[in-house]
Amino acid sequence: MSGVWVYVESRDGKISTIAREAIGAARMVADELVEDVIGLVFGEDVHGVADAAFDLGCDEVIGADDATLKDGRVEAIGPLVVALAREHEPDVIIAGASTLGRDLTSWVAADLDTGLVSDCIALEVDGETIKATRPVYAGKLLSTVFVKEGAQVISLRSRAFAQAESTGGSGTADWVDPVLEEDDIPSKVIGFEEKGGGVSLTDASIIVSGGRGVGGPEGFEPVRELAKVLGAAVGASRAAVDAGWIPYEHQVGQTGKTVSPDLYIACGISGAIQHQAGMRTSKVIVAINKDPEAPIFKLAQYGIVGDLFQVLPALNEAFSERLG
Amino acid sequence: MKVVVCVKQTPSTTADFNVENGVVSWDDPGGKPNIVNPWDEYAVEEAIRLKENHGASDAIALSMGGASSAEALKTCLAMGCTEAILVNDEAFTGSDSLGTARVLAAAINKVGDVQVALFGKQAIDGDSGQTVVQVARKLAWTPLTFVSAIKEIGGGSITVERLLDEGKEIVKAPLPVVLGTVKELNEPRYPSFMGIRKASRATIPEWTAADLEIDGAYGSEASKVDWSTVYALPPREGEVEIIDAGSASENAEILVEKLFAEKVI
Repeated sequence: MSGVWVYVESRDGKISTIAREAIGAARMVADELVEDVIGLVFGEDVHGVADAAFDLGCDEVIGADDATLKDGRVEAIGPLVVALAREHEPDVIIAGASTLGRDLTSWVAADLDTGLVSDCIALEVDGETIKATRPVYAGKLLSTVFVKEGAQVISLRSRAFAQAESTGGSGTADWVDPVLEEDDIPSKVIGFEEKGGGVSLTDASIIVSGGRGVGGPEGFEPVRELAKVLGAAVGASRAAVDAGWIPYEHQVGQTGKTVSPDLYIACGISGAIQHQAGMRTSKVIVAINKDPEAPIFKLAQYGIVGDLFQVLPALNEAFSERLG
Repeated sequence: MKVVVCVKQTPSTTADFNVENGVVSWDDPGGKPNIVNPWDEYAVEEAIRLKENHGASDAIALSMGGASSAEALKTCLAMGCTEAILVNDEAFTGSDSLGTARVLAAAINKVGDVQVALFGKQAIDGDSGQTVVQVARKLAWTPLTFVSAIKEIGGGSITVERLLDEGKEIVKAPLPVVLGTVKELNEPRYPSFMGIRKASRATIPEWTAADLEIDGAYGSEASKVDWSTVYALPPREGEVEIIDAGSASENAEILVEKLFAEKVI
C-alpha cells in the first residue's frame, strides 16, 4: 500500500477551488508520510486539468477522459475510483467536501469497506495515521477523528486548507478507461442550470449577510451593493430566507451553508445559535445591529450599533474610496 | 409502492453541551433536549406528500437508535406517516456510518417493496452526511443526493432536481432510489392535534438484530473510525470592539481602516 490520492475535481476543464485546497492538504500529508501525491483527474477533455494537477504539485496523475465522466455523476466516478483503489491500494484518499466530493468519499469508503472522516477542518499526521479535526453538534464541539485501519478516506471542508500553488511541475498522466459504459449507469443527467451570477458562498473570502433586520426583499439592496464593492458573496439568516426575502441558496447556518470566509459582515442578524453554527469559524466577524444586546456581538470582533440602512451606505462609500 | 423515511433523533438546536472525559451530555433551556433531526423534517414531509399526491401506499418512518428515539418516530406519525419502526439493539451502539448503513439497508429490505428511501441531508449531531450514499451502496440502489424537487415519479422512474455547488441539475433514474433531501424541497407541516393524539397512543414496533438479515459487521467493535475524542470549542478570544465615534460615516471610516489592518480585504 502506498500513496496519497487526491480527487482533482473540475468542471468545464477548470480545476475547482476546493480541489486546489485538497491538493494542498494532500501534499502536506504526503510529505509527512514520505509518500507521493497521486491526482485523480476524471472528466471529458481533461488533459489540461491533468497538466494543471502536475503544476499544483501532484507527483503522478491517473486520468480518465470519457463522456460518461463529464457530468460528475457519482455512479460513474465512484466505481472507477474503487476499481483503481483495489488495484493500487492507496493509503489515503482525499477529496474536497463539495457536493460531489461528499457523495464520492461515502461511495468509495462503503465499497472499500473502510472508514471515512468527512468535512475536516484540520489534519495532523501521527505515525501513519491522519488525525482529523472536525466540528460536531452544529459546530459547538470539536472532535478528533481517525480511521483505525485500512485506507483512510477523508473529505475536507471548503476554505479550511490553503490552496496548492503553482510549482512549475509537469508530467505525463497515466490514462485509463472508465469501468462502466453509459448503458451500465442508471442515472441520466437531463438538464443543468448553472448558478446565476454572484460569488459562491462556500468559496467566498468575504461574505456580507442580511437577516431579519433588513426588513424585506428590498432591504437586501444595500447588502448586495456592499457585496459588489467588496467582491463578496451575499449571505442570509434563516429568518430572511423563511420570510421569502432571498432564495435558500444564500442561507448560512445550521440548515443552510457552513462558511468560513476571512471576513463575515452580519447586517441585521441577531446571531441565533443556529446561525452561529454556520459562520463561527470566519476569521473576522463584523456585526451591524440596532440591538446592542444581540448575541452576534458576543461573537464579533468589531461591532457597530446602529441602523444598517445608514451604516451600509457609509461603509460602501468608505470602502469605495479606499479601493479606488 | 412503499416509501420509507429514515430519521434520527438529535439534540435540540438550542441545546447546551457539556463534555467530560470525552462523554457528551446536553440539556436544553427550553426543556425539550431531543428532537427530530431538523434536516430530516423535509424528508418526512416529502414521504407524506408522495403518499398524498403520488400514490405511495405507505409512508413509513424508520429510526435506528435507543428507546428514546420512539419519541422522534411519534412526531413523524403525528405529521402523517402511516407507520413507524424503531430499529434498536444494544449491539448497534457505536456503529460507524457504514455499520449504520448496513443495519438501515437490512431494515429497508425487511419492509419490502420499497421504491423510495428518503433521508435528510445530514444529522446535526455528527454532521457527516455519509449515511445516505452508503445505504444506497448497501442496497445497490441509485443514490440521488441534495434533492431540491421531485419533478416526476411513476412508470418505474423518478426525475429530480439536485441543488449542487455549481448549479441545479435535473437527473432521471430508475426506481428504486435513495434520496438525500435539502431544505428547498418543501415546507414541513406541523403535526395536527388529531395526529398528535393518535401518535401518542401508537405502539411502535421494535426490530432487533435478530429480526434483520444484516450483511456485514456493525457496532463499536466493527467501527473503522475512532471519534472518541470530543472537546468544547475554545472560546473566541477577546471582546467585541464597538465602534462608536459619532456619525455613520466616521464609524465606517474607522471600521474600514481596521479591516485593512486585519488584512481581510
